[in-house]
Amino acid sequence: MGKILNEEIANQLNQKFEEHVSVISEPSDIFNFETSRDYIVEVLTFLKTDLTLQFNYLTDITAVHYPEREKKFAVVYHLHSFTNNIRIRIKVFLEENDVHIPTATTIWDGANWMERETYDYFGIEFDGHPDLRRILNVDDMVAFPMRKEFPLEDPNRVDKKDYFFGR
Amino acid sequence: MENFPVFTDNDSQDSPTTLNLGPTHPATHGVFQNVLQMDGERIVSGVSTIGYIHRAFEKIAEHRPFYQITPLTDRMNYCSSPINNMGWHMTVEKLLDIKTPKRVDYLRVIVMELARISDHIICNGVLGVDTGAFTGFLYMMQHREAIYEIYEEVCGSRLTTNIGRIGGFERDFNEIAFRKIRKFLVDFPPVLKEFESLFNRNRIFVDRTRGVAPVDAETALSYSWSGPLLRATGVDYDVRAMEPYSSYEDFDFEVPVGTNGDVYNRFLVRNEEMKQSMRMIEQALQKLEKEPKGVFHADVPEYYLPPKQEVYNNMEALIYHFKIVMGEVNTPVKEVYHAVEGANGELGFYLINDGGRAPYRLHFRRPSFINYQMYAPMSQGMLLSDAIINMSSLNVIAGELDA
Repeated sequence: MGKILNEEIANQLNQKFEEHVSVISEPSDIFNFETSRDYIVEVLTFLKTDLTLQFNYLTDITAVHYPEREKKFAVVYHLHSFTNNIRIRIKVFLEENDVHIPTATTIWDGANWMERETYDYFGIEFDGHPDLRRILNVDDMVAFPMRKEFPLEDPNRVDKKDYFFGR
Repeated sequence: MENFPVFTDNDSQDSPTTLNLGPTHPATHGVFQNVLQMDGERIVSGVSTIGYIHRAFEKIAEHRPFYQITPLTDRMNYCSSPINNMGWHMTVEKLLDIKTPKRVDYLRVIVMELARISDHIICNGVLGVDTGAFTGFLYMMQHREAIYEIYEEVCGSRLTTNIGRIGGFERDFNEIAFRKIRKFLVDFPPVLKEFESLFNRNRIFVDRTRGVAPVDAETALSYSWSGPLLRATGVDYDVRAMEPYSSYEDFDFEVPVGTNGDVYNRFLVRNEEMKQSMRMIEQALQKLEKEPKGVFHADVPEYYLPPKQEVYNNMEALIYHFKIVMGEVNTPVKEVYHAVEGANGELGFYLINDGGRAPYRLHFRRPSFINYQMYAPMSQGMLLSDAIINMSSLNVIAGELDA
């Protein structure tokens, strides 16, 4: 099987999902598109099971916080098709006050910890996840540390003040 | 005394016993905690708790210029830190669209394959220790020391190497380094052979490992396994072969695969990978002879730190040095994902750059983290002693697991 092209993926997705998927124009190294959370499970299932695309491998799930944008959170999926040897990136943008998205654990078992990590860092709620708890940080932590407003260091610390050079 | 309960493997207790395996246990080789429900010697269910050495690398990386992120990557998989360092540098090169000279690529291949060997030495050696054979571990450990001495010649440090620069290396390999690499190529194969003859057909070792924790390819793919673990199940996915970086396409090597993904298969796959790595290093040395001498970095003064001698004596070099260290150089606004074949799987860097001083977002796809999540589910119904061996064969490095 020869290598399929990005346009082909875009065509297939457009045929199936029409306006619910759109290509992101931001500069990127791999094919990058956006969908909505109502369609994400369908899109992922289609990409995994379609006989020509066969994106069988979930490389990674993570999120990004954009405090300046209207939709402040992006959940990012990286998929890899072993038969075609091509990677794609899918983004779902979420509003700050409604950070719910359906889980991908129904499609890949490996999504479990990736989603837990994303929840731990950003507080994204993956609906239907079997065990959505914090994974790297302590359970009684209240903040979500990868959000941009969370400071890197405790601003009240006095033991590390450096009056000459600043920090 | 006759009322004292004695449990054998076949007896069931009324309710399972809770057993805390870890966080610090000599058999787990790192900070892993698993709360197991035990029925006699068998595991009924388990819950993994991770994050004991979480250091928030992704958060720190959002506040650091590119060069200051390299030491963070050191501390992920510290058994093969050069792969992490170079993976990160190559990610930045992908972002900046830097083309490295062939000689740099080959030098990188040498160091990365040495790192892979040193990682596999530990993993397979420790697997032997856990099954009760200490000798092989000590034999092999000598040669990990030889690899560390090569790192010392190349970059000055041993474990957390912080090796290389964006665009290449900070200095050329010296003659001693090449001599040590050639010596290693001569010394190591007989030791590896001896190691294999100690284990491959050793009755005790085979009985303890064969058929333990078998994983089929479908499950492994569903759990996003990668690296030697996935290859032991029979899937020939290797980033070096599928998406060659650092001129791996110039090399002639094979991707060893197993059949049923049990502990024994993983052991054999790692041994075979060490041989393939040796082959690649040999080829790299041959290829280096045809390349122009003295080229050890790409010609990118905006991103490559100038030599110290010039920094102290030359105004422009000082300015460049300052700009690079403070992250004041211009970088394109772009998103990149770059994957390298780490010693235990696909190590990916997802970098979002907004042109600022530090990455807008940097996510590490850590193979240990993703490979380890199957540990608790796959331990169900397993004997505790097998679960210990299974853990050492997963080659999960705590620093990478928790990042």
